[in-house]
Amino acid sequence: MAATSSSPVSRTLPRVHIVVRDRGRIVLGILAVWLLLWVFLRGMHTLALGGAQLTSVHHWFNNLNDVIGANRNSNPVFLYFFNYIRLFVDEFVIFVQSVIAQPSFGRPLPLIGWLGVVALVGFVSYAVANIRVAVLATAGFFVLGLQGLWRESMDTLALTLAAVIISLVIGIPLGIWAGLSDRFARLITPVLDFMQIMPSFVYLAPLTLFFLIGPASATIATLIYAAPPVIRLTAHGIRSAPHDTVEAGESLGSTRTQMLTKVLLPAAKRTIVLGVNQTIMAALAMVTIAALIDAPGLGKTVIKALQTLDVGTAFNAGLAIVVMAIVLDRVTTAAADRGRRRPNRIVLLAGAAATVFAIWLSYTYLWAAEFDARLDIGSTIVLWAGEATDWVQSTLAPVTNGIKDAFTWVLIDPLQALLADSPWWLVAVAIVAISVVIGSVRAAIVSAVCLGLLVATGLWSDGMTTLASTLVATVFTMVIGVVVGVWMGRSQRADRVIRPVLDAAQTMPAFVYLVPFLALFAASRFTAIAAAVVYAAPVAVKIVADGIRGVSATTVEAAVASGSSTWQTITKVQLPMSVRALTLATNQGLIYVLSMVVVGGLVGAGALGYDVVAGFSQGQLYGKGLAAGIAIVLLGVMLDRLTQAAANRTQRGGSR
Amino acid sequence: MKRTLAVVFTVAGLALTGCGGAKVGESPGGGGGGGSQASCGEFKIAINPWVGYEANAAVIAYVAEKNLGCRVTKKDLKEEVAWQGFGTGEVDAVVENWGHDDLRKKYIDEQKTGVSAGSTGVKGQIGWYVPPWLAKQHPDILDWNNLNKYAEMFRTSESGAQGQLLDGDPSFVTNDEALVKNLGLNYKVVYGGSETALIQAFKQAEERKTPLIGYFYSPQWLFSEIKLEKVKLPPYTPGCDAVPEKVACDYPDYDLDKIVSKKFADANGPAYQLVKNFKWTNDDQNIVARWIAVDKMSPDAAAKKWVDENPDKVKAWLPSSS
Amino acid sequence: MHGTQVHDTQQPVISVRNLWKVFGPKAARVPGSAELGALSRRELMDRTGCTAAVRDIDFDVAPGEVFVVMGLSGSGKSTLVRCLTRLVEPTAGEVIFEGEDILACDPKRLRDLRRHKFAMVFQHFGLLPHRCVVDNVAYGLEIRGVAKAERTKRAKEVIELVGLGGYEMSYPDQLSGGMQQRVGLARALAVDPDVLLFDEPFSALDPLIRRDMQSEVIRLHREVGKTMVFITHDLSEALKLGDRILIMRDGALVQIGTGDELVAAPADDYVRDFVRDVPRSHVLTLKWIMRPPRDDDPLDGPELGPDVVVREATRSVLAAEKPVKVVRDGELLGIVGDEEILSVIAGGSDS
Repeated sequence: MAATSSSPVSRTLPRVHIVVRDRGRIVLGILAVWLLLWVFLRGMHTLALGGAQLTSVHHWFNNLNDVIGANRNSNPVFLYFFNYIRLFVDEFVIFVQSVIAQPSFGRPLPLIGWLGVVALVGFVSYAVANIRVAVLATAGFFVLGLQGLWRESMDTLALTLAAVIISLVIGIPLGIWAGLSDRFARLITPVLDFMQIMPSFVYLAPLTLFFLIGPASATIATLIYAAPPVIRLTAHGIRSAPHDTVEAGESLGSTRTQMLTKVLLPAAKRTIVLGVNQTIMAALAMVTIAALIDAPGLGKTVIKALQTLDVGTAFNAGLAIVVMAIVLDRVTTAAADRGRRRPNRIVLLAGAAATVFAIWLSYTYLWAAEFDARLDIGSTIVLWAGEATDWVQSTLAPVTNGIKDAFTWVLIDPLQALLADSPWWLVAVAIVAISVVIGSVRAAIVSAVCLGLLVATGLWSDGMTTLASTLVATVFTMVIGVVVGVWMGRSQRADRVIRPVLDAAQTMPAFVYLVPFLALFAASRFTAIAAAVVYAAPVAVKIVADGIRGVSATTVEAAVASGSSTWQTITKVQLPMSVRALTLATNQGLIYVLSMVVVGGLVGAGALGYDVVAGFSQGQLYGKGLAAGIAIVLLGVMLDRLTQAAANRTQRGGSR
Repeated sequence: MKRTLAVVFTVAGLALTGCGGAKVGESPGGGGGGGSQASCGEFKIAINPWVGYEANAAVIAYVAEKNLGCRVTKKDLKEEVAWQGFGTGEVDAVVENWGHDDLRKKYIDEQKTGVSAGSTGVKGQIGWYVPPWLAKQHPDILDWNNLNKYAEMFRTSESGAQGQLLDGDPSFVTNDEALVKNLGLNYKVVYGGSETALIQAFKQAEERKTPLIGYFYSPQWLFSEIKLEKVKLPPYTPGCDAVPEKVACDYPDYDLDKIVSKKFADANGPAYQLVKNFKWTNDDQNIVARWIAVDKMSPDAAAKKWVDENPDKVKAWLPSSS
Repeated sequence: MHGTQVHDTQQPVISVRNLWKVFGPKAARVPGSAELGALSRRELMDRTGCTAAVRDIDFDVAPGEVFVVMGLSGSGKSTLVRCLTRLVEPTAGEVIFEGEDILACDPKRLRDLRRHKFAMVFQHFGLLPHRCVVDNVAYGLEIRGVAKAERTKRAKEVIELVGLGGYEMSYPDQLSGGMQQRVGLARALAVDPDVLLFDEPFSALDPLIRRDMQSEVIRLHREVGKTMVFITHDLSEALKLGDRILIMRDGALVQIGTGDELVAAPADDYVRDFVRDVPRSHVLTLKWIMRPPRDDDPLDGPELGPDVVVREATRSVLAAEKPVKVVRDGELLGIVGDEEILSVIAGGSDS
C-alpha cells in the first residue's frame, strides 16, 4: 500500500507501469491471505439467515408499513399532501389516457383514434426532427396497430408520456439548480444514485401504500426511475457551456436570468434533449415493470403471458415495446442532432392541416378510430415466436445444461464459497484493502461504510451470494463487451448491423426471455447471470466500441506503419488507449447487472433478488424485502465508487 | 407531401362512397347489457396473478356484467396489494384466497376493512410434487420416508451434494426449509423465484423424463396438462404448523374463500350477493383455466362458454330478487 | 520603473493602482504583507499555497490610446484585463474608470458599466453558437433592453463596418475563424463602448488572417477612435498596434513604454531577450540612434523629425550627400549619418 501513496506529481510513464504491476501483486497477495484464512475459518461468522427468518430491522420495517397503512385516512400528511399529489397525478394520467387510449367523455372510444395518433406522431417527429424519422415514426406506430396491440400500446404511451412530462417539469429545474450550484449538485448526486440503483420492486408495494393502486403509483414509480437522467444531463449541459461564451455574456453585463435563458440553456439544449431521450427510455422500461401494480399497457400483456409460459404472446408485446422505444429514441436523438435546420414552413403548415383533418376523421369515423382487426400480423408473430422458442428449447437444452454446470462449478461456486462462507469480517477487511489498492482511500471508506450497513440489514450472507453472481455476470459482460466492442469499433459495417440488435436487446423487457432461459438453464444462478448479461452487455459493447473508435487515427496509422499485426494493433495500441472506456464499460456493466438482480430472483438466483420478490408478494416478508433492496443499493454504491476510483486512477496514470 | 396526398385520396374516397362509414358512438354493439338492474353500479374486482383465480374472476365478472348490468373493473394485483385496496375503496372483492392468515389478521381483525364472503367450493392443496413419469417408475418416491434414497438423483448445480427441492413461488408461505431440516432430509431448498419457473421446470421434467421434486399446488391449470403426483408428508394436524421453525407436517388443505371489502359487504348490492353465492368445484375451475391457459381463449370468452353450458349453476348464484 | 505619462495634458480613462490578484486559500493576506509580496512565485506557492497572477501593478490608459499588455503565457496578462471589469475579482488595489473606483461598485452599477462603457473581444470568440451573426452582434443591446428593430439596425451597421456584410444570417460554425472574430469585434463595437478590451483576440488565427485582423483593428481605431486595451503574447503584434506597451512577467510589471523605448532601452535582461529578434530598423526612431553633432559635421543637410522610424529614413539618409539633421521645433537634437543607419540595419549589437 505504501507504493501507491507516492506523490503523483513525480510519476513518469515507466514508473506508472511498475506501480500498476505492483498493485496487481498486492491484490494477489491480499487474495492469497484471504484464501489461506478461508481454509481455517470457513463457515464461521457467516451471518447466514434462513428463508423465513427475520431480524429486528425487518420487523421494524414491517411495523412501519402497518402504521402507514392504518393511518392513511387520518394523518394530515396524507390528507393534505400525498392525497393531493395522488389526485393530481391520477387526473393527469387519466386525461392523457382519455385522449389516446381509453374510452372517455361518454364515448366508447378515446378522443383520438389510431389515424389521428399516427398522423400526430408523424407530424411532431417532422416538426422537431426531420422527414426521415417522421416516416420511421409513422411506420412504427402503424406496426403497433398491425400487431394487434393498439390499445395496449396507447396505454403504455399515455403512461410513459405522463411520467416523462412530470419528470421533465421536476427534473429540468432541479438539473439547472444542480448545474449552477456545486453544493446542491453534491447533495443530489447520491440521491440520484439511490433512485437509479434501488430495484423498483422494492418501492412498488410501499408506493401503493402512499398513493393507492392506480395510475398515480405507477407514474410515481416510473418517475423515480426516469427522472435522474434528465436531472444529471441538464446539470452537465449547464456546466459544460463553453467558458468563453459564458464569460462573453458576463462581460456584456448579462443578469443572472439573462445568462441562464440566453446563454446557458441554449448552449445546453442538445445535452438536455439527450437527457430527455434517456428519461423516455427509462420510463418506457419502468412502465413495463409497473404492470405489477396494475399499470395498464403492454407490460401487463407480457406478465400475463408469462403465467402460462406463452412466449409468443409475450414476445409480440415485447416487440411492440421495442418498436415504440426505437421510434421514441430515434425521434429524440434526431431532435437533439438537428441543430438549426428548420423544417420547411409550407410543408409544416400543410402537415398541420392534414394532421388536424386526420384527428377529426379519427374522432368521427369508426374506421379511423379503431384499428381494423383484420390487418393482423400479431398472431403470426405470436405463432412464429412460440415455435422458434420451442425449437430452440428442444434443440439446445441438452447442450446448455452442461454449459451451466461447468460454469457453476468452475466459476460461480468457488467465488460464492469464498465470499459467503468466509467470516464476514474477513470479507470486509479484504474488500476494503482491495479498495485502497485499486481505488483510493476515499473509495475504501465508502466500501467500509457500505459493508457495515450491509451487516446492519441482516442480509450479509444473501448479499455475498448476490455479489458473487454479480461479479461473474460482470466478467461475462466485459468479455462480450471487449470482443464485440472491438469488432464494432474497427468495422463500420459490423457497427451498423449490430447496433440495432443491441438496442432491441436493451429495450426488450427481460420478462420476455426468462421463459426460454428457464428452459435452457433451469432455475439456477446461471440463468439469472445469463439474463443479466443479455441486459448489460449491449451497454458495455457500445461504450467499448466508442472508445476504440475514439483512438486517434494517426496513432493507429503509426502502429500499422511500423508493421504491427492486427492483433498487435488491438492489444498494444487500441485497447490500452481506450482504457478509460474499458473502465467506464465495467462500471456501467456492473450497475446494469445489479439492476437485474431482482429479475434474477425470479429465475433461481435466490439471495437478495428473491428476498425482494418475496417481500413484494408476502406481507410478513415485506421488511426483509425492503432491507434486501437497500442491500442491493449498498452493493451498487460500493462497486460504483470503487470502479470509478479505479477509472480515475488509470486515467491519471495513462494520460501522463 | 406524401401525407397530404394520402389525405386527398382519402377524402376523395369518402366523397365517392357518399358517406364516411360507421360513426363513433352509433356502433351497433353498444355498451353493456341493457335492461338489467341499474342499481349494481361499479364492481371492482382484483385479479391475482394465477390462472385459477382468473377463471373465478372471469366467470363472476361475466355474470355480473351480463346478468346484473354491473360496470366491472378488473385490477391486476398481487394479493397483499389487493387486500390493501379494501381500505381505500380501490378493490371490492378478492375471489380466491389461499388461507393468508397474516392478511386476515391484519385487514379483517385489525384494520377491519375486509370480511370473508364464504367458500368458493374449491379445495386447495399445497405440497411436494413429482412429475408423473417419476411416480410411475419409482412409486415409493411418493412417501417422504423414501426421499433420502433418491436425494442423489435430484442433485443439480444449485444444490451441490444434496438433492434439490425446487421451491419458491414468492407469493406463498413455505415451510420447506424447516420441513427438510426437521424430517432429516438430505435436500437443499432452491428458490426458483416465480410460478413461471416452477411450471417450466415441471413441464420440462415430464417432457424429457428428468427427475424433479418441488413445491406446487392445486388447483392449477398445469394439472390439465400434466397430472403431477403429490408426495405424502407426515399428516397435518391442527396446530402442527404453529411454530414455523418446528414444522414437521404437511400443509393443511385450504378451503379457498372469497374476501370482500367491508363497505362492499355492508352495501349488500347485487354484486355482493353474487360474490357471496358464488360456489363451484375444482373441476369447474380447471376447465375454465384450461381454456384460458392452454387453448388461449380470452377470459371473457372462456367465461361465456362455461356460463352457457352451466345455466343452472349460474342461476343459483344470482341475487334472490332477480 | 513605472512608465511616464505620454499624454500629460489629458485625464487618464483608466488608472490602475497597486492591483493584486491572488488565487488560493486566504488570498487576501498576500497583498498586505511586504514579506509574502516579495517572494518568488514558487516560494509563495510552497509557503501559502497561493499563486499571485497579478502583483502590485500600476498604469494609466489615456483616452484614444491603444494600450498593449504583453507577456508570455502564465504571466497574468489575461487575469489583469479581466480584473478591469471584475470578470475576475481583484484581491486588492484600485481600478479607477473616469474617476470612479470600479472595485467599489455594487453589482448593478458594475453591470451598467459592462453594458455601456466596456466591451471585450475574446481569444476563442465566445460567440453564442445557437444565434446567427446579427443576433450575436445585437446581444449586448438586447440585454440592455434595446428594441428589436433598433438593435438589428445597429447590428447591421457594425457588421458592415467589420466587413461581414452579407453574412448576417449565418451561424458561427459556418464561418472561418477570422470571420468569427470579426463577429466578436462587431459585438463589442455594437454597444458603442468607451473602452474596448481585447484578450489575445488573434492568437487562435492563421498568420495571414492575423495580419488582416491587425490591420482591421488599426483601421477601426482610426475610424472610431476608441480607447483600447489589448492583450497579446506576440511582440510584433504589440509593436504594430500599441501606442504603449506594458510588459508583464510572473504577474509583475517589468516595463512600460512605447515600442521604440522598449527596443532601444530595455529595462532588464528579460525585456532585452524579448526584443532581441525585433528588426530594429522597423521600430527604432532617429532619436534613438542620432549622435550629437561633431564640429566637423556639415550642418546643411536635410532635416527629419526625431520620431521618424529608421527604416523610413534610410533612403533619405543614404541618398543625402551630407548627414541628416534631427530637428524638433527648429531645435537641432542631433545628427544621423550613413554609419548610424547602417549599424541599425546590419543589426546585431545591442545599443
